[in-house]
Amino acid sequence: MNAMNQSEFRQDIAPGETLLAVDNVTLRFGGVKAITDVSFDIRKGEVRAIIGPNGAGKTSMLNVINGFYHPQEGRITYRGQTRSKMRPHVAASQGIARTFQNVALFKGMTTLDNIMVGRTLKMRTPFFWHLFRHGPAMREEIEHRKFVEEIIDFLEIEHIRKVPVGKLPYGLQKRVELGRALAMQPELLLLDEPMAGMNLEEKEDMCRFILDTKDQYGTTIALIEHDMGVVMDLSDRVVVLEYGQKIADGTPDEVKKNQKVIDAYLGVAH
Amino acid sequence: MTADATAELDTFPKLLLRNEAVRPHRPAMRHKDLGIWREWSWGDVARQVRCYALGLMAHGLQRGDKVAIIGTNRPRLYWSIMAAQSVGAIPVPVYSDAVADEMAYVLDHAEVRFACVQDQEQVDKILGVADRLPKIEIVFYDEPRGLRDYDHSRLQAIDAVIAQGEGLLLGDPAAVKRLDDAIASGKGSDTSVILYTSGTTGRSKGVMLSAGGCVKAATDTVEFDRLTDRDNVIAYLPLAWVGDHYLNYAQALVAGFTINCPESPETAVEDRREIGTTFAFAPPRVYESMLTRIMIRMEDAGWLKRKMFHYYLGVAKKWGEKILDGKPVPLAARLNYALGEVLVYGPLKNVLGMTTIRIAYTAGEAIGPELFSFYRSIGLNLKQLYGQTEAFLYVTVQSDGGVRADCVGPATPNVEIRIDENGEVLYKSPGQFIGYFKEPEKTAETITEDGYVRTGDAGFFEKDGQLRIIDRAKDVGKLRSGALFAPKYLENKLKFFPNIREVVAFGQGEEFVTCFINIDLTAVGNWAERNNVSYGSYQELAGHPQVYDIIAGHVAEVNRQLSEEPMMAHAQIRRFLVLHKELDADDGELTRTQKVRRSFIADRYGPLVTALYDGSTEADISTEVTFEDGRKGVISARVRVADAQVVPVSVPASQPARAA
Repeated sequence: MNAMNQSEFRQDIAPGETLLAVDNVTLRFGGVKAITDVSFDIRKGEVRAIIGPNGAGKTSMLNVINGFYHPQEGRITYRGQTRSKMRPHVAASQGIARTFQNVALFKGMTTLDNIMVGRTLKMRTPFFWHLFRHGPAMREEIEHRKFVEEIIDFLEIEHIRKVPVGKLPYGLQKRVELGRALAMQPELLLLDEPMAGMNLEEKEDMCRFILDTKDQYGTTIALIEHDMGVVMDLSDRVVVLEYGQKIADGTPDEVKKNQKVIDAYLGVAH
Repeated sequence: MTADATAELDTFPKLLLRNEAVRPHRPAMRHKDLGIWREWSWGDVARQVRCYALGLMAHGLQRGDKVAIIGTNRPRLYWSIMAAQSVGAIPVPVYSDAVADEMAYVLDHAEVRFACVQDQEQVDKILGVADRLPKIEIVFYDEPRGLRDYDHSRLQAIDAVIAQGEGLLLGDPAAVKRLDDAIASGKGSDTSVILYTSGTTGRSKGVMLSAGGCVKAATDTVEFDRLTDRDNVIAYLPLAWVGDHYLNYAQALVAGFTINCPESPETAVEDRREIGTTFAFAPPRVYESMLTRIMIRMEDAGWLKRKMFHYYLGVAKKWGEKILDGKPVPLAARLNYALGEVLVYGPLKNVLGMTTIRIAYTAGEAIGPELFSFYRSIGLNLKQLYGQTEAFLYVTVQSDGGVRADCVGPATPNVEIRIDENGEVLYKSPGQFIGYFKEPEKTAETITEDGYVRTGDAGFFEKDGQLRIIDRAKDVGKLRSGALFAPKYLENKLKFFPNIREVVAFGQGEEFVTCFINIDLTAVGNWAERNNVSYGSYQELAGHPQVYDIIAGHVAEVNRQLSEEPMMAHAQIRRFLVLHKELDADDGELTRTQKVRRSFIADRYGPLVTALYDGSTEADISTEVTFEDGRKGVISARVRVADAQVVPVSVPASQPARAA
């Protein structure tokens, strides 16, 4: 299953160096251009926000990054390795994890089991042993469980460990989803509107978890978010898309002052 | 370090050494961490505390220093209390949910030199007010998360201190000798702990408790409830509250039982179930919310289960308490109850984590008789106690079999109680406090010349020797006839009805008692839905004639109960009205802790109070209200005043009886 050997990648990317670069990417669905000639980079250890009005191509961009869509033009360079086509599970095994705009958890499974799913790619014991939960499989399961328990502690969701996620309020489900992504120990974490539909308190909690994730695990984070207050507070750099094109890129302060961005968000007389 | 068995065990560090010697392998503490229960035996705890104390001494901790303890219940914070006490320093537990400003007041007032805290949240709070706390030298923390990049010049991990002490234990006999001497020279008269009151009335006060007094008080109740080192408690009450320091910390050291620290405050119920605690305490509202949860879930159960549940609750209601109290019960009823135990009560107690509970207490506020009976009828040995920080908790306690919902029991062993001429309860107890820290004038106000402590509560003794608390002493008044009028007592009686949310009783210096009533929108709304009563607003529902009838029924029932109590028979409610709006803290009508501000309400609704007394049948009122978004508006209404059914009493109004 492991299509790529880990050693093909540069292992030693220092914080601040480019982790992932998007070069002149164009994505078309038939005649519709979802993304047109967009280039930007994500540096190791930063929080990178992708913003833009509805339909600007933000989620498409994430889908390109984690290999769900294949752009017709342009290149993606991850850890110094350029790729043309990649399947999502390959992206996952290379350390790219994501959460979804709509919660995509297994509703009937408990919080614990949902997060354990995030460890699947790290499991090494053959399937056969897992059938019997015995021997090496058991030992491995205990190891992974320990890691998952650390995430549960980190996200403060001990009290819902054994609760089926379908019964949880939305804010907690989002937190569980983040937990599952973290269970993969990702190098790059893609968050698609992690705070959509949350109340103020839940948003504040989520912000804290995102910042703590960065601090504690050194994870690089790319996020799409509509709440401008959150984006400006959280992110180190922001890229702004409109109609599939990049209209601005820079620190939150620079982006805030950019006339094109103001026009895109507030509307302008054409 | 050896424990001299013959020496008097008058401090907690000496008790810790005793437990290390007597039961080194019995579990002393457990903590659920990363989903697994970790366990420390008394031997482990004693060693950890010894290392910790040595480490603290190396940082300069001395006899008499104050050490703040801030956080939820976890082993390292309990060890912090023990380590500080070993050195002869005085722990000052602080409410962990206190905002920075309140915390600053306590830390400053207590002259705290060191603080042992749980996590980044508490560290941030202290650092945030550090400029107001020049005396604080070092903050020790338990959980390192998020603190890595902090300036560690005044910050230390508790684990690092313990490790440092471990080195000293092995390599520095002189330091070990100093610690041994510090423990041995601890006396029963030393201040063992300073507990700050929660401060519902003004600034909180630091209650100083002596080591010997604490140990004596805890020894009495451990014997009373026959607690042993096989017992288990779950520690989820705030560390700063006397309840935790007494029921968990002090009793554990005296009896040698196990303190179990939950994973987080939210998991306490689930964790209790896993551990199977044998001794439990919870305020009435916890029992109430548990019951509500069960009832709601039962409504969703299948009809067979629901039928079975309600049938056996009926059986329990009839026989359960009698069986629990060891009274004669017919064999058939016993057998039926036993079947109920298998089918309903047992599984129910299992879900609630109460299967193994031998003794459960509740205190703090009045508990509804229905609620109280429910738990007792399914076989939980629930009892009441009455106490306060100044007494080191227990003043009265109910014995097994001597339980009633409306009283708090006879005096605890070795406690003397006296009722003042104005009805106030005074006591003298082994654990009673030395005084308020740095506030001798307040101490003098509270302790009488002959050494009794004023509780501030009014009460009297029932014929069976149980104390009944009726109200705060300063709220208890008299009607014009001289009959006793205890507003809160009446209000609580009415509030036990689910349809009634809030009550304000009037009567001080008046001819008779009247009250304002707030209906409970959820309960009454539910009733309206089931009975096809349509309403457009709270105001409309509150004024509905049928609602008035329901409430009148409740008032009549309360009057009937009152008429059976000689002390209260003359304080029956003659007239009442249902308020057109909910009393709200935003309008200043309630305190933030949801207590009614009686005089403010009397003022604001002046015309209604007048109408209650001048015999009119309705009154107009318009009041300003604050909406949730902060806007102001005016609500006007015409409120109906109703007469209540009163039970005539022949006994003349009398002064409160004096009991000894």
